[in-house]
Amino acid sequence: MSEIKKIHDMLASKQISCKELTEKYLSAIESDNAELNAYVNVTPDEALKQAEKVDRRIADGEEIGLLEGVPMTLKDNLSTKDIETTCCSKILTGYKPIYNATVWEKLQSEGAVMLGKTNMDEFAMGSSCETSYFGGATNPFNTKYCAGGSSGGVASAVGANIAPYGLGSDTGGSIRQPASFCGIVGLKPTYGAVSRYGLIAYASSLDQIGPITKTVEDASIVFDAISDYDPKDSTCQGRKGAKTFDTVNNDIKGMKIGIAREYLEGVRDDVKEAVLNAVKIYESLGAEVVYFDMPALKFALPVYYIIACAEASSNLGRYDGIRYGYKAEHYNGTHDMMCRTRSEGFGAEVKRRILLGTYVLSAGYYDAYYKKAQNLRGTIVKAFDEAFTKCDFILAPTVPMTAFEMGHAVSDPIETYLTDICTVPVNIAGLPAVSVPCGFNANGMPIGMQLIGNKFSEATILNAANAYEKAAPEKFKETKWGVKL
Amino acid sequence: MKYELVGGFETHVELSTKTKIFCSCTTKFGGEPNTHCCPVCIGLPGTLPKLNRQVVRYAIMAGLATNCEIAEVAKMDRKNYCYPDLPKAYQISEYDKPLCEHGYIELSNGRKIRILRIHIEEDAGKLVHAHGDTYVDYNRGGVPLIEIVTEPDFRSPDEAREYVEKLQQIMRAIGVSDCRMQEGSMRCDVNISVRPEGSDKLGTRTEIKNMNSINNIVKAMEYEYERQIDVIESGSKVIQETLRYDDATNTTSSMRGKEDANDYRYFRDPDLVTILTSREEVEEIRKTLPELPEAKKKRYIEDFDIPEKDASLLTKYRKVSEYFDEAIEGLKNPKTVSNFIIGSIFRRVETEKDKEAFDVSVSPKHLKELVKLIEDKKIQNNLAKKTLEKMLDTGKPCTEFIDESDLGGVDDSALEQMCKNAIEGNPNAVADYKGGKEKALMSLLGNVMKQSRGKADAQAVRAKLIEMIK
Repeated sequence: MSEIKKIHDMLASKQISCKELTEKYLSAIESDNAELNAYVNVTPDEALKQAEKVDRRIADGEEIGLLEGVPMTLKDNLSTKDIETTCCSKILTGYKPIYNATVWEKLQSEGAVMLGKTNMDEFAMGSSCETSYFGGATNPFNTKYCAGGSSGGVASAVGANIAPYGLGSDTGGSIRQPASFCGIVGLKPTYGAVSRYGLIAYASSLDQIGPITKTVEDASIVFDAISDYDPKDSTCQGRKGAKTFDTVNNDIKGMKIGIAREYLEGVRDDVKEAVLNAVKIYESLGAEVVYFDMPALKFALPVYYIIACAEASSNLGRYDGIRYGYKAEHYNGTHDMMCRTRSEGFGAEVKRRILLGTYVLSAGYYDAYYKKAQNLRGTIVKAFDEAFTKCDFILAPTVPMTAFEMGHAVSDPIETYLTDICTVPVNIAGLPAVSVPCGFNANGMPIGMQLIGNKFSEATILNAANAYEKAAPEKFKETKWGVKL
Repeated sequence: MKYELVGGFETHVELSTKTKIFCSCTTKFGGEPNTHCCPVCIGLPGTLPKLNRQVVRYAIMAGLATNCEIAEVAKMDRKNYCYPDLPKAYQISEYDKPLCEHGYIELSNGRKIRILRIHIEEDAGKLVHAHGDTYVDYNRGGVPLIEIVTEPDFRSPDEAREYVEKLQQIMRAIGVSDCRMQEGSMRCDVNISVRPEGSDKLGTRTEIKNMNSINNIVKAMEYEYERQIDVIESGSKVIQETLRYDDATNTTSSMRGKEDANDYRYFRDPDLVTILTSREEVEEIRKTLPELPEAKKKRYIEDFDIPEKDASLLTKYRKVSEYFDEAIEGLKNPKTVSNFIIGSIFRRVETEKDKEAFDVSVSPKHLKELVKLIEDKKIQNNLAKKTLEKMLDTGKPCTEFIDESDLGGVDDSALEQMCKNAIEGNPNAVADYKGGKEKALMSLLGNVMKQSRGKADAQAVRAKLIEMIK
């Protein structure tokens, strides 16, 4: 059942006014956010103003849209006009964009009520949300654990019912991994299905904006609303074909599920077991399963870190203290000001990736790293092309494990990089993938699996994910937090 | 030992598209600081570039006009470097797949200057020093540029002068740039080295920047040529470096260290898609190219019998040749028009900039009317010249200054009467002429012309006088 539809029906049938609804969420944020640290900037004034607008339309007897009046949140790397957008970095503190990201324009035009901006790893670089300048978001299932990253704030907020849904961004797993850790749904769309205009870039050829929601139907509704051609983004083509919601409840009998053995290597046993149980459920729904090898996947991690860091080193060059954001207080001349601003403004993980990226693009190293990585990117793309001649989608764990304990990820960055092994291939190949909950470990922490589709096949993977959700609703658990509707 | 100069050019030309290369801001020169800007061209976080296809079109025009091959597949790259006038900390340019390659411009001495490549890129903003502080003005940021890179084919400053002039003429003729060096819409960097005459090895080169006129380019090259020879002759080595030309002292001085110290970490810009240009599009663009100055000049010389020097002047400025082409339409003798433009009109249009603009009070149509009167033998050249001056003073057509009685020339009987008057009134001149003084005839001719108030045909008068004196 769609959470968004439920709220929409309550608003349309006047069971609750939009203002009351928004206030409920705002007060839940006030009581719960201290422990969750999901929101870094709550915007009650703007939210209530928009809620009143929706209420006036309802009072006037006008028909409201599905997303109209439904509260939501945005990851803090999505540009919101006049509202501070920091990427959870010291270097962007105080920065208020003078324009809106295209996705926010689209949701605004649908009448969305934004509650505030949510926490993330600094510049989306991290897997636990803990590289955030504001500290990490915690996991609603157990706040000793992290929410995951980098879109940890959105996942924590949605998992804790202090936002019905939100938008995150996924460069190497940043939507799917925290969704998996928090027991909810996260869709990373096809590269080019959603406009990136206004998304503060980490790695431009990998970044993609997508929904983080309670249910698969919600992900479908939000994806349909944001996937559109945008003349401002040359790499954006929009959704191809009809709305995914039209087919999200179709029968999946005869659908072919691919299992690439490499995805199950080095995966923790409880995770592997949960995924294989899901395969059984699919078989009971009439799907066929094919097994194959994808040896090219072993290149995915190094390819990802080389390309992502290279692009990041260029994308983050603009933070120099001259035009916006943080500027060093004491300096001696322009060059010194830029150096000090960047030294003081960026955190350790961001600096590490800028250095790595600068290194791999340097004369003398370019061929050995960046060029080789680009070639291997082509190899990975081909491997997926071939795989999709054998199946309709690939089923794989989202992460080889469950949520880390707070503090664990930052203490060992290399080990943390390795946990991105299952999520990064999708970004490298520009494919869509949706993560859905598929079980719990012995400590009650959620396990996630991802359905990986061919380019622009969001309708297929959402349809299949929804079939699983309906067949195994017990994997979608509520937490103790937030608004109870 | 004699040394040979070896030079190459990197020329940045600002394209005169209405909007910038990656956003829809105006490209207008000047303006209050930071008023021709938007989130995209000041590189605000999250913004994305969108390539202006007109820029590609203009660059292809420039490529075709300089005999280049046009790439069917091109791409944009990021050139990473850090400077306050570059708001993204990278310039979007083309690194290894430029739009145009392998062209040339032919000089009057028959040598071809090979063009290695022409690529498109964005301009940076500029620093403004005022009130003891430094400010940045991003108005120019994102203005489209083409960079035209030659092979090291120059052997003298004179060749360089001709190349730059030709490049200006071509770019202006096809309408892609106004190429004003003073305003910075054309900027030349010159690579220069010397080698013993006869050697085919390249010497160590220096790069000279900051020359804002053709004369400065020539002077800087002359200076640098001598300087490098002095360095070598004194037993030292030329250091590869970037030099700034100072026109006040006519010297070059070091700007920064080794060029090679820069590592721009070029890589393909992931925000932009591949630039595809079909053969059909290239041919369609080729068809729209106007006649180029060189071809025009040749045609003026061969078809109209205009002296080369005049033909060069007519084709040097796009507006002048357009004016000329319009004025000669339907006339039998375009050379007369050329004489009037280069004689009378140019005297009033003194500076290069004015010639470029060629805003003349007499329209091509009015000039044509005047020349038509000469061709129809209705008025004489001298009268026409005087009339043209009056037209230039007032901007009025020739009919305002020539009345009916001036037109129609002089009939034969009247002419005979006038000649008779002249012969009878000047017996001395007649006697001198008969005595062999050819010049004496001129005073008789002048007399007749005066009587006719300039209307008589000098050739006819001359013939009549000779016939009557005999």
